[in-house]
Amino acid sequence: MLDLFYAPLAEFEFMQRALVGVIAIALGGGPVGVFLMLRRMSLTGDAMAHAILPGAAVGYLLAGLSLPAMTIGGLFAGVIVAVAAGLVSRFTALKEDASLAAFYLLSLALGVTIVSLRGSNVDLLHVLFGTVLALDDSTLLLLASISTMTVLALAVLYRPLVLECVDPIFLRSVSRAGTPTHLIFLGLVVMNLVGGFHALGTLLAVGMMMLPAAASRFWTSDITMMMIVSIVVGIVSGFSGLLLSFHAELPAGPAIILSAGAIYVISLVLGREGGLLWLVWPGRHLEA
Amino acid sequence: MGLTSTVIRFDEVTLGYGRRPAVHHLDGEIPAGSLIAVVGPNGAGKSTLLKGIVGTLKPLDGHIRLKGPASGIAYLPQAAEIDRSFPLSVYDLVAMGLWSRSGLFGGVARRDRTRIEEALAAVGLIGFERRPISTLSGGQMQRALFARLLLQDAPVILLDEPFTAIDAKTTADLLDLVRRWHDESRTVVAVLHDLDMVRRTFPQTLLIAREPVAWGETGEVLSPENLLKARRMVEAYDPHADVCHRSAA
Repeated sequence: MLDLFYAPLAEFEFMQRALVGVIAIALGGGPVGVFLMLRRMSLTGDAMAHAILPGAAVGYLLAGLSLPAMTIGGLFAGVIVAVAAGLVSRFTALKEDASLAAFYLLSLALGVTIVSLRGSNVDLLHVLFGTVLALDDSTLLLLASISTMTVLALAVLYRPLVLECVDPIFLRSVSRAGTPTHLIFLGLVVMNLVGGFHALGTLLAVGMMMLPAAASRFWTSDITMMMIVSIVVGIVSGFSGLLLSFHAELPAGPAIILSAGAIYVISLVLGREGGLLWLVWPGRHLEA
Repeated sequence: MGLTSTVIRFDEVTLGYGRRPAVHHLDGEIPAGSLIAVVGPNGAGKSTLLKGIVGTLKPLDGHIRLKGPASGIAYLPQAAEIDRSFPLSVYDLVAMGLWSRSGLFGGVARRDRTRIEEALAAVGLIGFERRPISTLSGGQMQRALFARLLLQDAPVILLDEPFTAIDAKTTADLLDLVRRWHDESRTVVAVLHDLDMVRRTFPQTLLIAREPVAWGETGEVLSPENLLKARRMVEAYDPHADVCHRSAA
């Protein structure tokens, strides 16, 4: 029985690497996802994940499946779309959600077109769904660096980030940290998405960010606990997804996201903080 | 003004949105330690005036001069735009008042913890520390925000309709804090609608209806003639309004 969990990891190096990779992604992605969710920017994260594609695709066009080229391209495109969507919503009548939707549809179509210009369908699948079972040393190093930087940056920016969500007017009245904090946070989102992109591809990268975050909301009403829960959910879904893909011979990326989705649905039903079960059977009211 | 010094000075200030004035040619000064009510009909520019003082709105014309840094102002906006669904405890919300002391990542010392507890006690929220802010009633939330104001320890305090939709008991408790701030010679500017409360508690009043109508001793300002004048303010703006040529000093 234990072998079911242990053997694949003990035996195959690519499984070990994949596990290290998803743990790194969970460490950075979870907390960033929690803040995205609390800032009501879940869809922004989704849109930016797709926005990375054309940049990575240009990198691919120039240098093939090269880690630095696709990373730099992705970062570049992510930042451009984040800034452009912000500007469009600020200076035109279009609200941010609509302008983000426009940008990400455009990016996705553009990215797929660029990859098809040169590559095969296999390459396209690689870009869209990632290659979590083929992470080399430099990719792992990139993922680990991104999660380290993310955790450190969030520790430093914690107060203004929280304050900007809860009471932006108050933050503005006591400090000028608001705007730089927001920009750095967007930078962290892009960085984590680019990291997730290498393992899970452009369509699923955001899954390791938003699903653990959304699941964590059902278990606690404390933001620190929420971040911890989201990391745990991310690691558990990475682990179980890899095992699932190994034993059932499923593609690894989707299996990981499906596991995260399963945890989300379980939390949605059973979660102590507003889970469905507690809504249906709240128990008899208290005395005070 | 005798020995008192000015903390806020308005030089022919016009504040507004687009090019439309919401506060038109306000001139005057607020001496340190005054307790002043800002009164007027809806749309008279009261909230706009506070935004101008805090600096979130730049004057279209004229100048607002502050003595001391803008960080010396504590500001409680109208029905504060607080995300009540955010998972934050009452304690942490109140502790934000220490921002000027602790900054981005300074620690909260034991002395500060005592001060947070004192502030919670002063507004009657002992026992609420660990409660998420989403569970507070309107009055309890306002008490928490007053506790945060206490911790900010600012020489100038601006309150925008702080007692709207607040029950009598809570209003009385919070009004006691306002009086205490006045006794500590802080400057308090409050936008209010309850004229009886203004007459009872606020020695100075600014009556405004886009144009300043009267400014001075509350008893004189709130005369029937002045109030009638304020009520006659034209709310709709004139789509063909000419450019204002009144000189800005």
